[in-house]
Amino acid sequence: MILEYILFAILGLVAVVTSVAMITRPSPVMSAIFLVLNFFALAGLYLLLNAQFIAVVQVIVYAGAIMVLFLFVLMLLNTDSEHAILKEKRKLKFIGIFIAVLVFIQIGYIVFYSAPSDSVTKEIAESINAGKIETIGTELYTTYVLPFLASGFLLLGATIGAIVLAMKKFE
Amino acid sequence: MTANTEIFQLLPHLVIGVGIVLSVVIEISTKKSESILPWFTILIFVFAGAHSIINVYDYQILFGGMYAIGGVTAIFNFIFTIGAAIMVLNAVDYIKKSKMNFGEFYILVQSSVLGMMLMAGARDLFMIFIGLELMSICFYVLAGINRSRMGNTEAALKYFLLGAFATGFIVFGIALIYGTAKSTSIDQIVFAYEYFITDVLFLTGLALFVIGFLFKIAAFPFHMWVPDVYQGAATPVTGLMSTTGKAAAFSVLIIILSAVFTQNITNNFEILFAVIATLSMLYGSIVAIAQDNLKRMLAYSSIAHAGYMTIGLAAGNIESVSGIIFYLTAYAFMNLGAFGVIALIEGSNEENLDINSYSGLNSKSPILAGFMALFMFALAGIPPMAGFFGKYYVFVASIKADLTWLAIVGVFSSAISVYFYLRVVVYMYFKDSTSSIIIKNSFTGLLAVIISGLLVLVFGILPDTLFSIITSVLSY
Amino acid sequence: MIEQYLPIILVLVVAAVFAAAIVFSSRLFGPQQPSKIKIMPYESGKDPVGSTHERVSIKYYIVAMMFIIFDIEVIYLYPWGVEFRNLYNEYGFFAFWPMLVFLIVLELGFLYIYKKGALKWD
Repeated sequence: MILEYILFAILGLVAVVTSVAMITRPSPVMSAIFLVLNFFALAGLYLLLNAQFIAVVQVIVYAGAIMVLFLFVLMLLNTDSEHAILKEKRKLKFIGIFIAVLVFIQIGYIVFYSAPSDSVTKEIAESINAGKIETIGTELYTTYVLPFLASGFLLLGATIGAIVLAMKKFE
Repeated sequence: MTANTEIFQLLPHLVIGVGIVLSVVIEISTKKSESILPWFTILIFVFAGAHSIINVYDYQILFGGMYAIGGVTAIFNFIFTIGAAIMVLNAVDYIKKSKMNFGEFYILVQSSVLGMMLMAGARDLFMIFIGLELMSICFYVLAGINRSRMGNTEAALKYFLLGAFATGFIVFGIALIYGTAKSTSIDQIVFAYEYFITDVLFLTGLALFVIGFLFKIAAFPFHMWVPDVYQGAATPVTGLMSTTGKAAAFSVLIIILSAVFTQNITNNFEILFAVIATLSMLYGSIVAIAQDNLKRMLAYSSIAHAGYMTIGLAAGNIESVSGIIFYLTAYAFMNLGAFGVIALIEGSNEENLDINSYSGLNSKSPILAGFMALFMFALAGIPPMAGFFGKYYVFVASIKADLTWLAIVGVFSSAISVYFYLRVVVYMYFKDSTSSIIIKNSFTGLLAVIISGLLVLVFGILPDTLFSIITSVLSY
Repeated sequence: MIEQYLPIILVLVVAAVFAAAIVFSSRLFGPQQPSKIKIMPYESGKDPVGSTHERVSIKYYIVAMMFIIFDIEVIYLYPWGVEFRNLYNEYGFFAFWPMLVFLIVLELGFLYIYKKGALKWD
């Protein structure tokens, strides 16, 4: 148990520091690298919550594929002109701070007013296994087989759509 | 496991799924896919539509409460497949002339119809979400498929950004609903709706979910994307988005709120829906008056029609749901017909969208003018057409639910809308031709217009046939 | 519960410490006499010209999009692979065919992008 607390402290610290670093770096590429680190820290936190599948998705899809796409977009854009736009929009900073404070109040409210009860209910005991890969495997390929097959068509549609919009030549 | 053999009960879905796979194979294996795929697409759509409507009384819940076939779902599947078939028939020549003649167009139409069918049959929030995404992603691409035109790209980008935003609402709603109901099964949510609705988190989740779908049906405060997207997208695509897309979103709203309609539970959203309906009707009808571009006018009128249908949601009884479904059927065919005529007249570069292009149309092409007048009368809700009965059933249901004022607003708004619909008719019949427009001969385009015109007439002259089917299947 | 990940944590910690040690030891022990010319970016002996932020071709973007789609496919395969033995014992062939259909549909997409030349690099 003590190990979990130590790991939580380390991962939480890494997550907070990297997310602050992400929004304060002047270079967008550096921000993206810090975001990758942040994703890794989050994946560790998911593991602590016994949600292995989400942790794996976090690393493979978010830290892998989505970040690759992010970096390509950054390299595709002319980042110098972005700097000029950001300088002009300094007033937006105060709106951002206002919204951040609002979110903090919300989270604080939830944390303080929904204190965990001492008795472990049946639902909580069951939900321990909900994030396991075995549980997801069993459910996804039996109960949820129809959404699973439909998502295959969704991915096919996305593939074709991307090619049509990005590649198709007009004769 | 029984769940896996149940997939063969989903014959229409299987046919379209296999159709998509075969279409991709045809597309990558031959160079002439553009001339095979339209007919192949129409064939599978007609088969799926016919199969659905024949088995309309065969109501079954499959996959352990995950999916339903027959009943209302079958009627929605009929709207989706036959509407899409008419659209494809109309689009065959259209996309040839606008140089976007790719086989992928038909694959994307098939995929979007599969998504709509999955939405209408879904009895689980996951299934709804995946169906919605399948439909929406195909629509985003279809809206921007003709990249050589600026308006097309603009339409696709606006539709994508706002549509993705709306999807965000829906996902947040699903998260809150799941968090409070501890289940994604709609049957369970509907079963204990009365108990859940007292929970403010469930109410918030449901409200977010409903708002997301109000976005998709283009009701008033969430209508910002409609005029630009409908005007910018290719005309047959606009026809598909405005009719079947709207029907798919309504099918989900009807399912998720079915506890209200069938069990006489107080409708928590009555005020919300009534206000949205009023604003949509009045805003759509009044702004449409000022439009000279016909596609833009139909876009605003589509907002007004979303308002009339939302009256049914506010009324919240079984008659109003039947009214909505009847209205959706009628609206699908009259709007597809109107967009079909526009597609035939607008020319190769969308230059003839202005209302002046329609002046004196009767002397050039009496058939097209006649059908356009038919669709305009139907959209305005003039008696022998299907559009009238759609409004009639919805208004009667709202009077039954003590919402007489809403029905009066509806009638008032219909009276306003008569002006801009009939303006087109006046231009066609009583104005001399000012422009020299050459109407391209397109047999398939004309056929699509004729079929939708006949369907509008049949549903208008014999409304009871369809309406009695709808009311009898709603009792399941 | 978390103890089962102890070996992985150890490996991660050792890897991080090792990598950091190598980077910092070279900095610690190596002689450092930086001059303006030395810390300039190396461009084959020429003076550097312009920004290093060159815009890359849109082709990379298509590849990245395809990467995401097939990455998600792998995510679906992963729990199936973990659970396949149990599913097979319980349901027999029915454990197999949904994944077969899924893979056929997606590999068809792969064949499509291959045929359309999205992966061509000219």
